[in-house]
Amino acid sequence: MTGDLYSALPIVLMSSASIIGLLVDVFTPGRTKGMFGWTIFSLLMMMGAAVLTFGAEGTAFSNMLTVGGYATYFDVLFGVGALMSIVAARPMLQRHGYEYKEYYSLTLFAVAGMMLMAHANHLLIAFIGIEIMSISFYVMSGFFRSNTFSVESSLKYFLLGAFATGFLVYGIALIYGSVGSMSYTDMYTVAMESEITLKNLYWVGIGMLLVGLSFKVAAFPFHVWVPDVYTGAPTVVTAFMSTAGKAAAFSVLIPVVAVVLPEIETMERIQMLIAVIAAMSMLYGNIGAISQTNVKRMLAYSSVAHAGYLLMGVAVGTDAGQQAVMYYLTAYMFMQVGAFVVAAIVESKPGEDCTLEDYKGLSKRNPGLAACMAVFMLSLTGIPFLVGFFGKYYIFKAAIEADMIWLTIVGVVASVISVYFYLGLIVKMYFQDREDEVPAALPGGIANLTLIVTVVGVLVLGFFLDYSVLPTITF
Amino acid sequence: MLLDRIRFIVIVETGLLGLTYHAWLFYLLAALAIGAGVGTITRKNPVTSAFFLILHFIFLAGLYASLHAHLLAVMQVLVYAGAIMVLVLFVIMLLNLGKEPESQQSEQVVIRKIAGYSFSAVMLVMVGLAALLSMDKGNTMMTTMADNVDTLGTAESIGAEMFTTYLFPFEAVSLLLLAAVAGSILLAKKRLMN
Repeated sequence: MTGDLYSALPIVLMSSASIIGLLVDVFTPGRTKGMFGWTIFSLLMMMGAAVLTFGAEGTAFSNMLTVGGYATYFDVLFGVGALMSIVAARPMLQRHGYEYKEYYSLTLFAVAGMMLMAHANHLLIAFIGIEIMSISFYVMSGFFRSNTFSVESSLKYFLLGAFATGFLVYGIALIYGSVGSMSYTDMYTVAMESEITLKNLYWVGIGMLLVGLSFKVAAFPFHVWVPDVYTGAPTVVTAFMSTAGKAAAFSVLIPVVAVVLPEIETMERIQMLIAVIAAMSMLYGNIGAISQTNVKRMLAYSSVAHAGYLLMGVAVGTDAGQQAVMYYLTAYMFMQVGAFVVAAIVESKPGEDCTLEDYKGLSKRNPGLAACMAVFMLSLTGIPFLVGFFGKYYIFKAAIEADMIWLTIVGVVASVISVYFYLGLIVKMYFQDREDEVPAALPGGIANLTLIVTVVGVLVLGFFLDYSVLPTITF
Repeated sequence: MLLDRIRFIVIVETGLLGLTYHAWLFYLLAALAIGAGVGTITRKNPVTSAFFLILHFIFLAGLYASLHAHLLAVMQVLVYAGAIMVLVLFVIMLLNLGKEPESQQSEQVVIRKIAGYSFSAVMLVMVGLAALLSMDKGNTMMTTMADNVDTLGTAESIGAEMFTTYLFPFEAVSLLLLAAVAGSILLAKKRLMN
């Protein structure tokens, strides 16, 4: 028991911190500084604990949690994402007059949920984690309570999310019925020895589980909520949920796929299924983004496309594929948070100044912001030697090694399409001017800190992070 | 030919003939629960919907009971059919919901409806077929379960499992509820303090 507590230290710390957060909220009336400090402190503590338990092996709490390695890498990733978005969120929420302390509590809860997802060794834990994260996101996307778009996005996300939850639970129930256990380890053993009692139900169950998870990662046929939710939600919230949320959903998808793959028959079908979803997401997301005039909407469509690249790595199903996905998620965290934080700083009122027209001549009004945005756009395109390039390179490499040539070709074609709109934004910022006089964007305050971190990350991470040392998950 | 084949699947492969009365009860309750579920989503009057939902919960409780999960069955009736449904009816009353207004039948709505119906039909056929094909083995499992009645579904065995193997998920659920409470207060409270 004590051993379990130690090896699952990050998750224990984070859950306690999120509960204590509600109390900090009560005891510091009138000021948000205390809560802000507590959030930063607990995230740092959690990341410290994650580094400390990196070497732990096996499972904790009667096979419920995976500890060490794979899970702790994700812990740190969620921590970094939450820190970056929290630091950017404080000045932005203050600007719009919505800085309620609950924002910080909800962030902590969301991170705790994500960590449960990454640590899960049992479908039940994964499910509870998904729900904790999603509920926090539903509320956070409606955080601008009197803004119609924000409320609309929250409601849409909630209704569709609840629908996806239905699929998830039904899938889990069918898997439990056919395998007799919800633990990944047991599922793996059963699949390995081809001893699934009720094969047909198992199949339907796995299919439904994939539908539910595809919804959470925003992949093609289940992406309809993405543009509206990402556009309507407060920009800093979008920055958080489109990166850390996606990473968390993938942290469930990777082990689930690894668990069902060992059976040859299963392997081919699942790989084909995921590969098709990946290809469709890449094409749809990038083609959809071309016609967008709103920057947040454009980034939302491109987020669907990035889910496609990531799914490509999942479809490969090898260790290299897993590592490439984890690398890409790290890279994506930096570039996407950065891009959304720039969008948040440019935004003077909720939902305004978000169109491509508003970015015209930004390089003259705010040279620093424009330069940052340019770096993020180039990295999202995959221009060499920025971190986004390495991410794509490793994914494509893993796919080629696994003989998925057609998928790689689709990926490359999709990336070429994406050049159009990513560079289009840069052209607007640098080579076009607005006729009317526009004041420079309001100062970003400490959000600039996030920008510096993300830009530095995008520029140097590619050279320092070696993807082949990333921990993988095996059973 | 086809008819013979279907008869073969229905009678021989599913083992409908060899069903115990237990299994018959199970399938009867399952069918009724699905019927009540369909009633819930098709009725225009929210109160009628709510009552269909109560019916659905009661049939579900019957399903649990037929699978020897007696504690769960009692809980289902107490918590869902009882407490939660009272809340649902309260909300309907407070919001003063009447009949759902007739939606206009524009072309888009019709297309969406067709898409929705065909999707549900595909799902139903898929799940139904999978269930039908696994029925034989499922019935065997049900019989094995009936042999272990004494250890299944009692308050004791559920409690023991919940506080040993499932201790961690049990605690994690409290986190989920807390997040939901904090979130709903944030969205619903009239005046928030900074």
